[in-house]
Amino acid sequence: MKTNRHFLFHLYMGLFLAYLLIPLLVMGGAAFNDSKLPTVIPWKGWTDRWFVDLWNDKRIWGAFRNTLLVAVAVAAIAVPVGTAAAILVNSISGRVRSLLYGLMVAPILIPGVVIGISTLLFWNHLSVGSGLHLSVLGQVSYIASFVMLLVLARLQSFDQALEEAALDLGASHGQVMRRILLPHLYPAIGAGAAISFFQSIENFNVTLFTRGGADTLTVYVFSKVRSGITPTINALALLLILVTLGMAIWYEINRRRKERLQLTREAEGRRAEEAMI
Amino acid sequence: MQDLLRRYGTGLTGVFIGLTFFWLAILVILPNFTMLESSFRPYLAKVDEGGPLDTYSLGNYMKVFGNEVGFSIFGVVFQVPVRVKVFLLTIFYSAVVTVITFVLAYPLAYYLAKIVSPKSLPTLFLLLFVPLWVSEILRSFAWWIILALKGPLNAVLMQLGVIDTEIRWIAGFSPVIIGLVYTYVLFMVFPLYNAMQSLDSNQIEAAEDLGSPWWRTHWRVILPHAKPGIASGAVMVFMLSAGSLLVPSLLGSTTSGWFTQTIQGIMLDSQDWNTGAAFAFMLLIVCTLFVSLAMRVFGVKLSDIAK
Amino acid sequence: MSAGIDLENVSCDFGTFRAVDHVNVTIQPGEFFSFLGPSGCGKTTILRMISGFTDPSSGAIRIGGKDMAGQRPNQRPTALIFQNLALFPLMPIWENIAFGLEVRGVDRAKRRARAEELLALVDLPDAADKMVSQLSGGQKQRVAIARALAVEPSVMLLDEPLSALDLKLRQHMRAELRAIQKRTGVTFIYITHDQGEALAMSDRVGVMSQGRLQQVASPRDVYNNPANGFVASFVGENNILTGTVQNANAGLASFDTPVGLLRARLGDVSGGGAMKLYVRPEHMTLSATAGAENSVPVTIGEVSFEGSFIAVQGAAANGTILTAELRNDGMASVPATGSQMHISFDANLASILPDSATVKG
Repeated sequence: MKTNRHFLFHLYMGLFLAYLLIPLLVMGGAAFNDSKLPTVIPWKGWTDRWFVDLWNDKRIWGAFRNTLLVAVAVAAIAVPVGTAAAILVNSISGRVRSLLYGLMVAPILIPGVVIGISTLLFWNHLSVGSGLHLSVLGQVSYIASFVMLLVLARLQSFDQALEEAALDLGASHGQVMRRILLPHLYPAIGAGAAISFFQSIENFNVTLFTRGGADTLTVYVFSKVRSGITPTINALALLLILVTLGMAIWYEINRRRKERLQLTREAEGRRAEEAMI
Repeated sequence: MQDLLRRYGTGLTGVFIGLTFFWLAILVILPNFTMLESSFRPYLAKVDEGGPLDTYSLGNYMKVFGNEVGFSIFGVVFQVPVRVKVFLLTIFYSAVVTVITFVLAYPLAYYLAKIVSPKSLPTLFLLLFVPLWVSEILRSFAWWIILALKGPLNAVLMQLGVIDTEIRWIAGFSPVIIGLVYTYVLFMVFPLYNAMQSLDSNQIEAAEDLGSPWWRTHWRVILPHAKPGIASGAVMVFMLSAGSLLVPSLLGSTTSGWFTQTIQGIMLDSQDWNTGAAFAFMLLIVCTLFVSLAMRVFGVKLSDIAK
Repeated sequence: MSAGIDLENVSCDFGTFRAVDHVNVTIQPGEFFSFLGPSGCGKTTILRMISGFTDPSSGAIRIGGKDMAGQRPNQRPTALIFQNLALFPLMPIWENIAFGLEVRGVDRAKRRARAEELLALVDLPDAADKMVSQLSGGQKQRVAIARALAVEPSVMLLDEPLSALDLKLRQHMRAELRAIQKRTGVTFIYITHDQGEALAMSDRVGVMSQGRLQQVASPRDVYNNPANGFVASFVGENNILTGTVQNANAGLASFDTPVGLLRARLGDVSGGGAMKLYVRPEHMTLSATAGAENSVPVTIGEVSFEGSFIAVQGAAANGTILTAELRNDGMASVPATGSQMHISFDANLASILPDSATVKG
């Protein structure tokens, strides 16, 4: 009985994965179809001209460059801000902590449209015009929340005695931060930077309202789809997917290697313990 | 505070407080205040700002009314202001999307939490995560290709003999719903998985052992335990759907307006930022209400977003 | 080099809870001093006040004659060995040890050399490049000590460092710690709840209960001449008898107990309150006939062989159980259960003491 039901579940999982991945395959496939409209049917033959066109499309590369600049800026701001917020909230307790924590998590729940418009209006009041800088600020407001959550989770596994030990040995506060706390937080900070980067790249709602005239990848693709599109977009999409996949695999391999190393070390410690040396 | 100063010294504590203040006050609180304040002021030429015409009123909010249009539910026709209609339909269909994603996500979450062996989990998660890393716009674009009149879906269906002529998929709200479900279903899977994972498998086995059929076990044992996950997933999906602009724009048509598109029109086409602010604020209120409602019904607090 | 510590009337309050109550003690430079007491007696708080992580609510703490008020932990000449060791998991062993030098700006080559010196001192010559997780508990202990010694502290503070180790290792480490202290000459302040540790390692012991110092004396004195009932019962085993003091003469007094009139040394009665008679099992002797004084007729009950000694329980006429410990010197005659014998003790080896009182060090 159990195995029958389990089979149903395995089937469901398979179907679900297919459901998730087939549209991506279709889209990737359209990058190779020799047809003016992005589609896989009718299939007019293999071609790589869309990749060539992509290479030559100046506007796309301009938009891509803007997207990267914004993403780097967002990561550069959101990571320190989120980390500082996490450290701050972790050292407080009681009602103040709940209040602060709520405020820090709220931006995730605010619709991107609202963030975009509120950012635009606020800085406009201060006579700062729209442009990519506003996109950065708007995106940071909610991306910092992600960083904060990641760092806060990592802080839970930090032994405060390590800070005290360092102080006791004569370290200044700055040295404690640099040599003890931050190294422990690096995994979370790294993850935070990655998340910030990718969240920024794919952001649309906030960017649309704050960008002024500048193009970013998402906005550019959006406008092209409405107005007339060639499979150069598909070529770009395929490249992005492959890069993301590559990085995910690299990350996973790295993670497993580190895990194995840590396990070997701990095993050695246990053997030493048993040998009573 | 004492603890902070003791642990980090005055310099670093100042930095922490400064950065946090910058974030919360300047990037979050003040902009929303400004938006709220602007929403009460009329749209004036630059010269008139600050002058006698610049008064507070609910005028921008009232613009939601006016321009009545027919709205039929189950054949009964109401005359309803067009923007109200769009607003209500947005909320309604966002709720529909939430329910559909729940139905789709629940079996999968259960499978991942209880049936799959823990060794396969990282690989499976990796596979599931891949679509998330692909940009939202590209995912919507993929469906745009699939659902096109001469696109693959129709071709496959015609090949299988299910239909005779191509179906115009991109009409009405259906493609928007399909797109929203596809884009956001994973946001329902992961919170559900997290909640289910903490359920002791022994409880399920105990229920079975006492003779409970599978649907009862789910209804009385697993579902209640998964409540925080349902709440957090529902909140995320609803808010993402109601606030989505990409998907309705790409996959929608003139007959299926989404409230965010209305806002976009007001802000970018009419450049009436104050009214745009008002409408955006209305969207924010709805989302906040939904979050509070979900938190109340499911008994959950804000510490539920475990990404 | 090593410094003495003065605790002058030090108290520490956490809200309404008084963790440390008017503690006065002077610890000599180069001394191995232990604070001994049960959990919650305030010894950890004292250590944290000396190291600077907690501020005293009143009183003064002086190290080497200098008042430590306002001095942050990283400014004090102390080094603390934490109970959970707090070794830095992300640094190799030599960096752990050299950390104190690193924050003082010593260059890398010198740091490495000094770390290796200290590793040799604590008998871990090959561990320099290993990571903390690769070491056993005892090895980690030694690294923690090396790390503290690297900053050449005037005072070493040790917070129950051996409590996580198993018995054999603990005994081995006791000897090691004592040897290191003698070799380096640094003042050691050691806190523990294990009386065996405190007695074995220390020059002097301060027994604490409920925030107050009960007695400060050499291990011998704490054991043989406890100041009050708390010290007597916390350190070592006791037979305890209630009763009333009859008359006192030249330091000895008669004590009227349910098992008869006994004589013992008289402690400090000034505090008033109930007095009890304390005599240790190893000071009891068994004989077939009654002794001159302090002789109680008993029926032998449980006799248990405990390895190096034999514990014999004798029930007096009124039911009170007295325990004697006989050395296992291979003698043939172990008392038989049920036989009638006399348990007796020398008056100079027993004490009449009040329950507890404050003591100056």
